[in-house]
Amino acid sequence: MRAFTTLDGLVCPLDRANVDTDAIIPKQFLKSIKRAGFGPNLFDEWRYLDHGEPGMDNSRRPLNGDFVLNMPRFQGAEILLARENFGCGSSREHAPWALEDYGFRAIIAPSFADIFFNNCYKNGVLPIVLSADAVDRLFVECATHPGYRLSIDLARQTVDTPSGRSYRFDITEHRKHCLLNGLDEIGLTLRHADKIRAFEAHIAADKPWLL
Amino acid sequence: MSGQTLYDKLWARHVVHEEADGTVLLYIDRHLVHEVTSPQAFEGLKLAGRTPWRIGSVVATADHNTPTDHWELGIQDPISRLQVETLDANIQEFGARAYFPFRDSRQGIVHVIGPEQGATLPGMTVVCGDSHTSTHGAFGALAHGIGTSEVEHVLATQCLVAKKSKNMLVRVDGELPVGVTAKDMALAIIGHIGTAGGTGYAIEFGGSAVRALSMEGRMTLCNMAIEAGARSGLVAVDQTTIDFLRGRPLAPAAADWERAVEDWRTLTSDPDAAFDATVELDAAEMVPQVTWGTSPEMVCGVDGQVPDPANEHDPIRREGLMRALHYMGLAPYTPICDIKLDKVFIGSCTNSRIEDLRAAAAVVRGRKKAESVRQVLVVPGSGLVKAQAEAEGLHQVFLDAGFEWREPGCSMCLAMNADRLEPGERCAATSNRNFEGRQGQGGRTHLVSPAMAAAAAVTGHFVDIRTF
Repeated sequence: MRAFTTLDGLVCPLDRANVDTDAIIPKQFLKSIKRAGFGPNLFDEWRYLDHGEPGMDNSRRPLNGDFVLNMPRFQGAEILLARENFGCGSSREHAPWALEDYGFRAIIAPSFADIFFNNCYKNGVLPIVLSADAVDRLFVECATHPGYRLSIDLARQTVDTPSGRSYRFDITEHRKHCLLNGLDEIGLTLRHADKIRAFEAHIAADKPWLL
Repeated sequence: MSGQTLYDKLWARHVVHEEADGTVLLYIDRHLVHEVTSPQAFEGLKLAGRTPWRIGSVVATADHNTPTDHWELGIQDPISRLQVETLDANIQEFGARAYFPFRDSRQGIVHVIGPEQGATLPGMTVVCGDSHTSTHGAFGALAHGIGTSEVEHVLATQCLVAKKSKNMLVRVDGELPVGVTAKDMALAIIGHIGTAGGTGYAIEFGGSAVRALSMEGRMTLCNMAIEAGARSGLVAVDQTTIDFLRGRPLAPAAADWERAVEDWRTLTSDPDAAFDATVELDAAEMVPQVTWGTSPEMVCGVDGQVPDPANEHDPIRREGLMRALHYMGLAPYTPICDIKLDKVFIGSCTNSRIEDLRAAAAVVRGRKKAESVRQVLVVPGSGLVKAQAEAEGLHQVFLDAGFEWREPGCSMCLAMNADRLEPGERCAATSNRNFEGRQGQGGRTHLVSPAMAAAAAVTGHFVDIRTF
């Protein structure tokens, strides 16, 4: 996994609540057996005017000019500013894969759905929860300042605005450690292999029907 | 000190290791696998030179991509076919406790066949790369959906890196009126607490109305816990649970059965258990539910009408309501019963079990599909559900009415296969999500119970099943 330390990035605002993972990456693209290449189909039904299918040449498809991702001022954005309950619905990890493949490294919202939130960390994408008031303020500043950027420092757990305000966010030590170092979580877990075996031996004796 | 909740007990039983920040290695007993969220996990395992830790925990099937008609032709879509064949190859290479491939007589929706086979047992941790894994909590199992990286993690280590959720009790007391089902209860709860109401919680469903539900009903209820934001739903073990499991192929037998049952009876929340949040609802006041928007929380009683966004004071919510009504092609104050349908879908991991098909058939018997309804799909949840329905003659009731009787699979719930809505088409569906584009780009979904869907199919619009 790619490490996440600091990020100074252009912000793209997606001003709607309850954005679900079906919207982030529609089901037809889940037929792929690969992990990469979902970026061009991120928000496919909002981003294009035609119906997308796997294998299409996305560069030739008609764009929805009203959708934020297509606006010239948000090209190259690395931080997605979102509303409450972002990533609800399906557990598809294709959603963070698509966001990451497109170029987003962090998502800021007042709340996230649990499974999506968890999936982000596995892919070097940092989901940041800020208060609804703070997110409101960022939306306003983003709308009124072309080229609006935010600066994120994971070690300090801060989001800094151009005007000098600093917001602190929470993250568990475990997740922070894995992200900062780009660690392979499976490798970390296997360091406890003896404990897992001991646990299984206990189950085999006590509740054999579980194995 | 207060007692433990059911969730507390299930969690404590599976902790292998705990770090100072509360991050836990949680042992996983049952790993359900399907074709869509597993190929990258198996590939990752192979690329890292790892092998599955305990392949006997894996029960697999192909369900999301598989067609529901003309099985003799195989899978026509080459991309879908490759994905299903990739699962075949991975199971061939690594093995599984049980595999029900495409066209196997026991194949079906992973959340239907797990319980059907006795692969889901009380006291287990159950995971699957699918958010509706919450379904299995109906058995007093700690069950939730995971992403593909976690599928790989569980394959490689038999554990998940996890952080404990908070406890929520949703207590529904009283008796559900005739015509009001577990599906309506689930939608009413979501309407009450919202689609993010359960975020960060494991929800235990309790109260006399929940205890009165069959296992099928409890599965419907727990299935939709994720639609309330909770990764896990739970119902305590009781005699209904135990009676359902007796004799299932993967359930314990003989002396193990007796020992297991003795253990399972302890899988309830202690009387003095403390919950972080409690929600109480009265079953007697519940009415059949119909969603009118693009989120399961956009729901009302069948006797209600489409709301007016102008009455919403919060600007973000108002904008959301306006967008939903625009997408759904509905005007404020439209009575729900005036909404006309183009298609009807009876199926999905929410409502495709035998009880659901019986409820739909009871409404349809002797009636015909409305002329204005283009297509009614009835998609059983598994090959065994299909066989049972055919043994009871239910398929003939549907066929006589002009409905289509299909092969098992996820079908038009998420429309990954050929079963889908065309842009603008309006559908009464027994599934779980009414998101934009969920059943096909531009499709409009109204979530209802099987009986409500069946009644809509024969009349062409929503009707109040209580007086039908």
